[in-house]
Amino acid sequence: MSTSDESRVEPRRRIQFAFTDEQEQFRSAILRFLNDRSPTTEVRRLMGTAEGYDPVVWRQLSADLALPGIHIPEQYGGAGFGMVELCIVTEELGRALLCAPYFSTAVLAANAILNAGSEAQKSALLPDLAKGARLATLAVTEPDGNWDPMGIKAVATPDADGYCLEGVKSYVVDGHVADLLIVAARAPDTVGREGLALFTLGANAGGVERRPLESMDPTRKIARIDFRAAHANLLGNFDDGAKPILRTLDQAAIALANEMVGGAQALLDSAVNYAKLRVQFGRPIGSFQAIKHKLADMLLEVELAKSAAYYAAQAAALDDPEWPALASLAKAAASETYLHTAAECIQIHGGIGFTWDNDTHLWFKRAKSSEVFLGQPSYHREVLMQRWGV
Amino acid sequence: MSTMSEAEVRAEVREWLAANWNPDLPLVEWRGKLADSGWGMPQWPKEWYGRGLPHALARVVEEEFAKVGAVGVAKSGVRLLAAATLLEHGSDPQKKKFLRRILTGEDTWCQFFSEPGSGSDLAGATTRADLKGDFWIINGQKVWTTSAHHADHGLLLARTDWDAPKHEGLSYFVIDVKQPGVDVQQLKQMNGHASFNQVFFTDAKVPQENLVGRVGEGWKVAVTTLAHERRGADGLQPTPLKRGARVGRIHAEERAETEKANQPYKWYPQRAGRVDLIVDRAKETGANKDPFVRQEIARLMILAKSAEWTARRARAAQQQGRPQGPEGSLGKLAASHVARACARVHTLITGAEAMLTGRESPRQGIIAEILVSVPAVSIAGGTDEIQRNIIAERVLELPKEPRFDTGPFRNVRRN
Repeated sequence: MSTSDESRVEPRRRIQFAFTDEQEQFRSAILRFLNDRSPTTEVRRLMGTAEGYDPVVWRQLSADLALPGIHIPEQYGGAGFGMVELCIVTEELGRALLCAPYFSTAVLAANAILNAGSEAQKSALLPDLAKGARLATLAVTEPDGNWDPMGIKAVATPDADGYCLEGVKSYVVDGHVADLLIVAARAPDTVGREGLALFTLGANAGGVERRPLESMDPTRKIARIDFRAAHANLLGNFDDGAKPILRTLDQAAIALANEMVGGAQALLDSAVNYAKLRVQFGRPIGSFQAIKHKLADMLLEVELAKSAAYYAAQAAALDDPEWPALASLAKAAASETYLHTAAECIQIHGGIGFTWDNDTHLWFKRAKSSEVFLGQPSYHREVLMQRWGV
Repeated sequence: MSTMSEAEVRAEVREWLAANWNPDLPLVEWRGKLADSGWGMPQWPKEWYGRGLPHALARVVEEEFAKVGAVGVAKSGVRLLAAATLLEHGSDPQKKKFLRRILTGEDTWCQFFSEPGSGSDLAGATTRADLKGDFWIINGQKVWTTSAHHADHGLLLARTDWDAPKHEGLSYFVIDVKQPGVDVQQLKQMNGHASFNQVFFTDAKVPQENLVGRVGEGWKVAVTTLAHERRGADGLQPTPLKRGARVGRIHAEERAETEKANQPYKWYPQRAGRVDLIVDRAKETGANKDPFVRQEIARLMILAKSAEWTARRARAAQQQGRPQGPEGSLGKLAASHVARACARVHTLITGAEAMLTGRESPRQGIIAEILVSVPAVSIAGGTDEIQRNIIAERVLELPKEPRFDTGPFRNVRRN
């Protein structure tokens, strides 16, 4: 190949191993906002409410920072950025443990509509989500807790002007406050990958019964939703309907991995600060190698998980063919790291770390529920092996 | 620092290569041209065989070299650590005397730091240097010395003041290895190879002008060498050369040089665990059908990939000129974890055959060699425990432990 040929080739888009200055500024803006609006006193107040979020703060993060539509193209009322920016948001929200319907509306529902919806549906549904004017969520998993959409049992039967939904969905994030539900279901008499599709309906439609579940992590509320002859509209079509569902779940796994590394960083910072302050045997406990080495290992683990989460976000943004495998890789890595960091953070705090008044348990519980949300690490490791053809 | 743009650098190096690159030149002659033009180490200062380019532009130069298949300066072994140390702390006559021959590959270097009595605690060195007339007289023992058997010069850390506190009584020298007072002996390792030496100094001589930095400041100088050593140990493979013919005398000479330099370290890839063999081995043994093994393979691959990307993040931050984040200090510790996990999973995949060694064992002994080489990774170049101390104290800024080695070194308890 001659040099002149080469210079005509478009510069290849590549994985970036460092955030751009603009991305760092964006992160700082979110961080400032959250330091101000989501101190742990607010987290504790909101986790005790039925709604679980502050509508004023939600309006501010929608109007001032445009966060719900950060990854939604401008033509649908969003800011026009992509997965990398979406994951910067979730990382920071995870660090601050913000109580808000962001993961449901922006990560799950908006991506589902982007992946499955027709032009008309995207134009009709997305602007309200981008503005934060309407809350939405995605219901895939059923009471059996299977995160693989191939196991979906809910059935959508065609009726006069749409579909009639029958089935039960569970572990639906923010299902108790969502205005719009996106439900994964299958055509009658189909199994496995066949006949799957997504459907939309208003959360207050007839035949929809929502029941908040008592969740271990009160900062992210989940609901069970029963559909009995509920009227729904098809989102997109039935052509390989499993594909947009899987794509949405993979994107969600990456966003969740980034959220988890944000939380893990908060726990690490807390543990390091405490180790510097707490004195036993006449010296700060952070001067003991037993504690130092634990913290060094935690730092290593957090940085490794960050690398996986960031890389997966980059790969998804570039639509690198490997990105779905990397979604599972990042989810498995971040899940184990977050939970381990939380457990070690409690350990370093000693007795006080097991008390309700100490904040560590807030992150511990988010770590525990995120570990299994969207699939446990062992599930994602197996998915990774399959996707890599091992 | 140069203010040249990437396009200007590219154009200039292309033009220079077009005029000068010739694969039929003798290797040393070509490298001499590289040293004198500054294109061999473009990130070095202009006065000393470089062009003062920032790291990002030095990569551009590397890319242009790769495009035409041009050979670079000698980089193997300890020579670049020596060069970096001399650039920072050496006198002008030292730089003049040593740097060019480092780049041409005419001289080989080794590092006399570790001793039988001071491994992790390098500053506890007890090899002594006593000034007699114009020479420092060296007596003592160093160990784990790579390449000492064919090195020309050694970087030597020795004690010049026994009444000063530990770190303040050391001085740093360049010693001529090929002299009667230096006795180099091979050291056989648990994996059967002998890649390192132990070196005995008996009234060996160092001329006064070979003192690097000032008397008593040897530790400061050694820290520079160690920092460059750790920076180089991020576990990333160098960018492979992509195109360009590999025929010509110069390539043959370079291959011979590389072969000679790497000969004692053929087991190093095995020491790192050979993650590249895992999936193939699992498929060839059928272990990939065992759900437990699949989980363990996935765990390992996740760890190895994450470690690689962490090293890339560190490198990217460095190339953008950003202050190094914590990811920069973690590479060595991450590499230890990867290697240990590899050994575990290789064993899991190999089963009973992991009891065998030699040519009839799996992969002609490579798997066995992995299993008996991995224990070196978490020791060589700073143990995992020392790495954790460094990470905890420098990155996380945790308080230091109380010390028992202050005051005159003479009174400090030692081996």
